[in-house]
Amino acid sequence: MAEVAITCENLGKQYRLGTQETYRALREAISAAVAAPFRRHKPLAQEDYIWALEDVSLEIKRGEVVGIVGHNGAGKSTLLKILSRITKPTRGSATINGRVGSLLEVGTGFHPELSGRENIFLNGAILGMRKSEIERKFDEIVAFAEVEKFIDTPVKRYSSGMYVRLAFGVAAHLETEVLLVDEVLAVGDAQFQKKCFAKMNEIGKHGRTILFVSHNIAAVRSICEEAVILDRGRVTAKGAINETVDQYLAQMMVAGVEAVETGNFILSAVEISANRSPVIKTFDTVEIRVRFVAKTDIMDPGVFVSILTMESQRLTGLDFKDFASAPPVRAGETCELGFTIESLPLLPGTYQIEVHLKDMGRWLVEIVPRVYPFEVAESQVYGGRKLTQWFGKVGLRAHAFVGAQENSKAQVCSN
Amino acid sequence: MIKIEPANAWPAIGFGELWDYRELLYFLTWRDLKVRYKQTALGAAWAIIQPLFMMLVFSLFFGRLAGVPSDGIPYPLFTFCALLPWQLFANSLTESSNSLVRNQNLITKVYFPRLVVPLSAVLGGIVDFAIAFLILLAMLPFYGVVPGWQIVALPVFIVLAILTAMAVGLWLSALNVQYRDVRYTINFLVQFWLFATPVAYPSSIIPARWRVLYGLNPMVGVVEGFRWSILGKPESPGVLVLVSAIVVVTLLIGGMFYFRRMEQQFADIV
Repeated sequence: MAEVAITCENLGKQYRLGTQETYRALREAISAAVAAPFRRHKPLAQEDYIWALEDVSLEIKRGEVVGIVGHNGAGKSTLLKILSRITKPTRGSATINGRVGSLLEVGTGFHPELSGRENIFLNGAILGMRKSEIERKFDEIVAFAEVEKFIDTPVKRYSSGMYVRLAFGVAAHLETEVLLVDEVLAVGDAQFQKKCFAKMNEIGKHGRTILFVSHNIAAVRSICEEAVILDRGRVTAKGAINETVDQYLAQMMVAGVEAVETGNFILSAVEISANRSPVIKTFDTVEIRVRFVAKTDIMDPGVFVSILTMESQRLTGLDFKDFASAPPVRAGETCELGFTIESLPLLPGTYQIEVHLKDMGRWLVEIVPRVYPFEVAESQVYGGRKLTQWFGKVGLRAHAFVGAQENSKAQVCSN
Repeated sequence: MIKIEPANAWPAIGFGELWDYRELLYFLTWRDLKVRYKQTALGAAWAIIQPLFMMLVFSLFFGRLAGVPSDGIPYPLFTFCALLPWQLFANSLTESSNSLVRNQNLITKVYFPRLVVPLSAVLGGIVDFAIAFLILLAMLPFYGVVPGWQIVALPVFIVLAILTAMAVGLWLSALNVQYRDVRYTINFLVQFWLFATPVAYPSSIIPARWRVLYGLNPMVGVVEGFRWSILGKPESPGVLVLVSAIVVVTLLIGGMFYFRRMEQQFADIV
């Protein structure tokens, strides 16, 4: 039974660049209308528009759990917004069979003044649940969120953990044939996240179709069976989850990404690579290279590279100036600074690199406004055991030993 | 099955879908009321204080000091009968005009028929109206007024006031998303509209030949209808009400189509 749940045909979404045009003052619109006959109409140039999504054709079968992967601005959220009917496509069409639920945010419409009970009903109605349906699932939601004692307390008095649990509790009980989920799992503590994954997997097993957008590659891998890769608004790959995501990560690591500008630098690439193999594994010798073009003369170039978890928890950092110094870079010139890490102490999983570019001569530090994800592939760390979250993120080069065993009886005897 | 297609120049109103979302309409109205009464120190008392104070001010300045005629009805009763529908209209209009911008977090995150938002804002005004209506019920015996058979027509005028607020609110809420200075014009518009409506004065002081033109303001028909139905004024406001009703229906239908057309880009520009 390979029924089709979602079909997209040549979907495209065009946005106009620049924010000053989006909401104008009525006064301006009126004066423009008055002035219009006296002025030649100037059509907007093609460069003023951007295609956030271009020619996306997809077919997703009933019961498939599909991850949508791609970096910032690749069009993931735009695709989800179109499928959730929040925004209209500029071109093309899509068909969805069955009721659609979309979770683009946890706790949409939650009101801080209202109690947990009231918010469950409000949020449920906003997500498209019937009152009878919410009543039926009310106890289950409360139990899932573990907020029984505080159910009649205004949610403004909730801890952020409770708030998120309650919000997700409502969302997780949304019973639609098609579920569109955007990044909502990026919140909450680790244990609750696990519970949410389990709940979503359970939903998926009931033949529901799930489209899941996330930056968290590990989460996508654990939830989804299929992946769709979006790059600059286009679908570049679709297929079984592991192969597709591997391909995406390999692509990203080789090609780097488009340049990012800060005040005095244009960062052209951040690359991380293992010396010997195409994938990075725990304890490999790896190189991190940061390549940039100077926009102004840089007297004493430097770089600070940090490695973060996907939840943006800082694991470690390296400052170039602690190791070496580089010659000045003139405006317009390219410079590459890098580090060799002898043995990468990271367990399998997805991490991200954050970069600060510096000019120590001018006490200048500029953060690069994006992060560069990379993946440490599954490998035979710790004797090939499947590592759970109990092992954390850091890999230790360790050996176990048995200490000299003393035979207490013998000791007694010898004495 | 859901079909997603590019923006349509003249989308249908979608009454069926609106009906499917009636529970959301209820919950949003309920939320606004609950929060409004929870956050204010005086709570529901505001619904009474506002028209009561306006009645006192009007009675003092227009009724007593300026000597504005009131068609032989005690001035406080005369003006309160008009303030009731006026407040219903003014509050609902203000709330609904700002409703989309205020609920932008919903509009950019969840799909539902956007009409629900301004409609729920209008419905919220009805509760305030019902509370303030209790004051009128107390005033009538005080002034020894017993409503006649005309009282049965009152719901018609209440509905007309609600529809007027809805019609104008639909236009303004959609405009407000696109042009943020609309918000500043709303207060001004409401004040101006108050004086263009026979709240502080009777419409009988308007020369007869201008009456029909005057009736183009739908609130004229509503206010005169209220006075006629509650106070049993002899002359029925038939023509005025008819003109008002035509204007409202035209504005409402136009507003719905305009809203549906603009709603397709709300999420992109809000």
